[in-house]
Amino acid sequence: MTHPLLSIEDIIVDFETRAGKARVLDDVSLEVNSGEILGIVGESGCGKSMTALSIMGLVPDPPGKVTSGSIKLDGRELVGLDHESLRQIRGKDIGMIFQEPMTSLNPVFTVGEQIAESIRLHEKASTKAAMARAVEMLRSVEIPEPEMRAKAYPHQLSGGMRQRVMIAIALACRPRVLIADEPTTALDATVQAQIFDLLQDLQSEMGTAIILITHDMGAIAELADTVAVMYAGCVVEKGKVETVLSAPEHPYTKGLITCVPHLLPDPPKVRESLQEISGVVPALTDLGKGCAFAPRCSEKIDRCEAAKPELRTSIDAHLTACWVAEKETGV
Amino acid sequence: MAELNDPSEIPTVKVMHPAREMLGMFFQNYNAVFGLILLVVILLFTFVGPYLHTVDPFEMVWAPFTRPGEEGYLFGTDYLGRDILSAMMAGGQISMAIGLAAAVISLVIGVTVGAFAGYYGGWIEEALMRFTEFFQVLPTLLFSMVIVALFGASLLTVTFAIGVVSWTAVARVTRSEFLRIREMEYVAAARSGSATDRYLIFRVILPNALPPIIVQANLMVGSAILFEAALSFLGLSDPNVMSWGQIIGSNREYILDAGYAVAIPGIAIFLTVLAISLIGDGLNDALNPKLRQR
Amino acid sequence: MSGVTGDNALNVENLKVHFGGGTSLFGAKPVVHAVDGVSFSVPAGKTFGIVGESGSGKTTTALAIMRLVHVTAGRVMLGDTVISELQGEDLRVARRHFQIVFQDPYSSLDPRKRAGEIVREPLDLMQIGTLDERDAKVAKLFEQVGLRPEQRALFPHQFSGGQRQRLGLARALSTEPSLIVCDEPVSALDVAIQAQILNLMTRLQRDLRLTYLFISHDLGVVQHICDEIAVMYLGQIVEQADRVTLFKNPQHPYTKALLAAVPTVHGNKRDRRNRVRVKGDPPSPINLPKGCRFASRCPVVEARCHETLPSLKEHSAGHKVACLLNENPDYQLSDN
Ligand SMILES: Nc1ncnc2c1ncn2[C@@H]1O[C@H](COP(=O)(O)OP(=O)(O)OP(=O)(O)O)[C@@H](O)[C@H]1O
Ligand SMILES: Nc1ncnc2c1ncn2[C@@H]1O[C@H](COP(=O)(O)OP(=O)(O)OP(=O)(O)O)[C@@H](O)[C@H]1O
Ligand code: SF4
Ligand SMILES: [Mg+2]
Ligand SMILES: [Mg+2]
Repeated sequence: MTHPLLSIEDIIVDFETRAGKARVLDDVSLEVNSGEILGIVGESGCGKSMTALSIMGLVPDPPGKVTSGSIKLDGRELVGLDHESLRQIRGKDIGMIFQEPMTSLNPVFTVGEQIAESIRLHEKASTKAAMARAVEMLRSVEIPEPEMRAKAYPHQLSGGMRQRVMIAIALACRPRVLIADEPTTALDATVQAQIFDLLQDLQSEMGTAIILITHDMGAIAELADTVAVMYAGCVVEKGKVETVLSAPEHPYTKGLITCVPHLLPDPPKVRESLQEISGVVPALTDLGKGCAFAPRCSEKIDRCEAAKPELRTSIDAHLTACWVAEKETGV
Repeated sequence: MAELNDPSEIPTVKVMHPAREMLGMFFQNYNAVFGLILLVVILLFTFVGPYLHTVDPFEMVWAPFTRPGEEGYLFGTDYLGRDILSAMMAGGQISMAIGLAAAVISLVIGVTVGAFAGYYGGWIEEALMRFTEFFQVLPTLLFSMVIVALFGASLLTVTFAIGVVSWTAVARVTRSEFLRIREMEYVAAARSGSATDRYLIFRVILPNALPPIIVQANLMVGSAILFEAALSFLGLSDPNVMSWGQIIGSNREYILDAGYAVAIPGIAIFLTVLAISLIGDGLNDALNPKLRQR
Repeated sequence: MSGVTGDNALNVENLKVHFGGGTSLFGAKPVVHAVDGVSFSVPAGKTFGIVGESGSGKTTTALAIMRLVHVTAGRVMLGDTVISELQGEDLRVARRHFQIVFQDPYSSLDPRKRAGEIVREPLDLMQIGTLDERDAKVAKLFEQVGLRPEQRALFPHQFSGGQRQRLGLARALSTEPSLIVCDEPVSALDVAIQAQILNLMTRLQRDLRLTYLFISHDLGVVQHICDEIAVMYLGQIVEQADRVTLFKNPQHPYTKALLAAVPTVHGNKRDRRNRVRVKGDPPSPINLPKGCRFASRCPVVEARCHETLPSLKEHSAGHKVACLLNENPDYQLSDN
């Protein structure tokens, strides 16, 4: 059997905070294959961005630290690599798009220069050749009049165009893995749809493996192949998108799906109140020994507060970390 | 309001009096307490000292250029053979009074001008900022010399002159803070809760604008003391009163022979400014609820 | 006192808010047509939603109704009071009848005041009730929005985003207003917290017979909470209908594109591929085109669209559309 293009195994990331040690990622395991989109969802602070940063080798240290685990790109171990090798991998093998397109671009250089610069960081190319490639990249992310736009400064572009420039930079060296950390939260629905289309084209035409971080279950349903639901630093459920969304097993996943008012083409006349997940995400510094979701869970049983459930398969590579789900599926 | 609850059913909320809570926070801050102690020591030295050490600072008491510690003169004597210790005490009273008074004057003018300019905007801002710029481009020393020349070299005019030339920085800082905070949504929220302009300026925006203003005020005290030194060096301060600046000014020519006569008041000014800025920082932290409660 | 009487409905007529204009050292300043002729009315106790792209003028409309920006033209009436014409003390006193909840739960609360003071502030400013009554009222409001009265002593930074939004609601409710303008009240919140706030708002509306003007860019949320919805594009309403009609039978090409753009959990990869897309970004509100403002992006644009600015016309009872093609009832956007 072939191994996945990128695999993360049992990654643990700890942060030293004033309130004590916070386990920001707790035994996170994920994998993504070429031409596949892995979606990561969860509430704010559950560790989605930190997962991305640990893949990029960018966990701020101190105060953070990758305590244990392994991250393999095409079989090659990334944890513990020296700075220079990691720098080579970033951009060349793994690209990343950040949440806020304005602050991620340097305001004093034109976007063309910034794309060319990231090409020249990884490949031997003349300034002129790199610039020509930059224009090509802008064209490939569907920016109209790319020759002209390459000479524009970030503030002269709209939010949607800036995000396209970010994608162009991330893709400049044709990485095999692209991490998109909430790439559309700052954008309008119609522009968001354009960016998502672009990601889908990349995936199908260039075979790029994409990790899409979002809090929008709708985006997961329409874009991703596999999904991982995170809560308080742990993956609580993962599997194929169709199975997880149509038959969620973890109470948190169920809650995430039912608490959002979904847009219906034919809304019912009578409005029902929304399902709520009561309470708030706990502080990572004082998690009990049981399931982190237990204080907010409507299905909890005695065992939930006593011990922490681990990810277990039910059917068809669908994994859930929940005592109740485990009992029901009888595995 | 008929449907209001019976007041007796309100659960009581334990809240310390804000001033007490603030003081509590202030005294937990070692730097601030150190600054306070330092200031108290300086104040005792200048205001109580003269009662214990009764030597006229203007009188020649011993040979000139007596080094500190020699012949029983703790700080030595200056080029005229006057006792520097009593000069330091007498001069401290004046320097601190001038420093604080000038800082207060410039704060009052600066905060008022800056707050109105920043809050109202439009032509009011235009006019006030032109006014501020006018004072800013005036050569400060020259301008204060003119004031002193016009009204005579008394303590009052010197203090006033220093205050009048140094408020522009406070005004600019206040205005820019007001411009920033004015756009915050909590200001709009207070406005839609029927706040008057006065309430918005003094109760909503100003408290949030304080930190940089306090920093500016700290700087002001130090620069006022130095400014007075410059004026007295030029012979423009009141010649009948001693001040730290005056000691530096009059001994400056003999700096090679009697460096201590310049260094001692210099160190005193430095310590005073340090004490005040430590206290200012402590106040700032104590006023900030985010730092207050953990 | 200018009390608000009648059925307290909100009536907005031809509201315009333009920014800039005038001249400066460097010639004429450009005029931003942020809100350009918006009319709608909201019956008492109902929720009216406004959706639209960023920069379409939603917030400006809200602020104009709240009298927090200068109204260039038009009339805003709450019941019998023309709030767009009130001045000075009359305006200040009338403010108790209309309140606002902001989007950002972090910048909308004064960081230097305690939660209790923040909620109490409007009561103090308007001198409503005695001191003890105000305290009691604040405690009751805290309970109403799902906070504990002991939490009055805390500062805003000690609350989570959702709790801060509850505080914002409590403050808005303190003067017992009839209208609450909500500018994206849940956009900054996590989905789980969003549901809590939406349910709270629905409950408060039922209990207190509030009228809501609800602004959002999230169509799912708007569909859930609003009775009637207006879609804005570049300062104007392009379509308006009740919540069932708008989603079942959208008419304006922009509305259709917007509905097609939202990914839903019921969708999948294949559906997505067959959707209609609009291209490009919205034009700037400074140099507005002569014709339809959506023409540059419209998938079904015709030559006449660039010439004539369509006005909001009745399509069927209670359903208004501003599109030249709307006059042809057989017109359909492909597929969706
Ligand atoms: N420098 C830091 N020091 C301490 N804790 C940190 C630091 N950076 C992040 N964390 C913690 O790590 C956790 C995970 O953060 P992360 O940014 O991965 O969340 P996220 O899932 O991406 O959230 P969001 O949806 O808000 O982007 C959070 O609880 C956060 O408080
Ligand atoms: N004070 C102002 N001065 C000049 N232009 C302004 C001002 N406030 C808003 N605008 C402009 O008016 C237009 C409408 O802005 P508005 O904030 O109402 O949009 P919005 O629909 O609320 O957008 P968003 O979804 O981003 O909140 C924008 O083009 C904006 O740049
Ligand atoms: S393990 Fe228990 S508490 Fe945790 S999600 Fe499952 S049922 Fe709820
Ligand atoms: Mg994140
Ligand atoms: Mg807005």
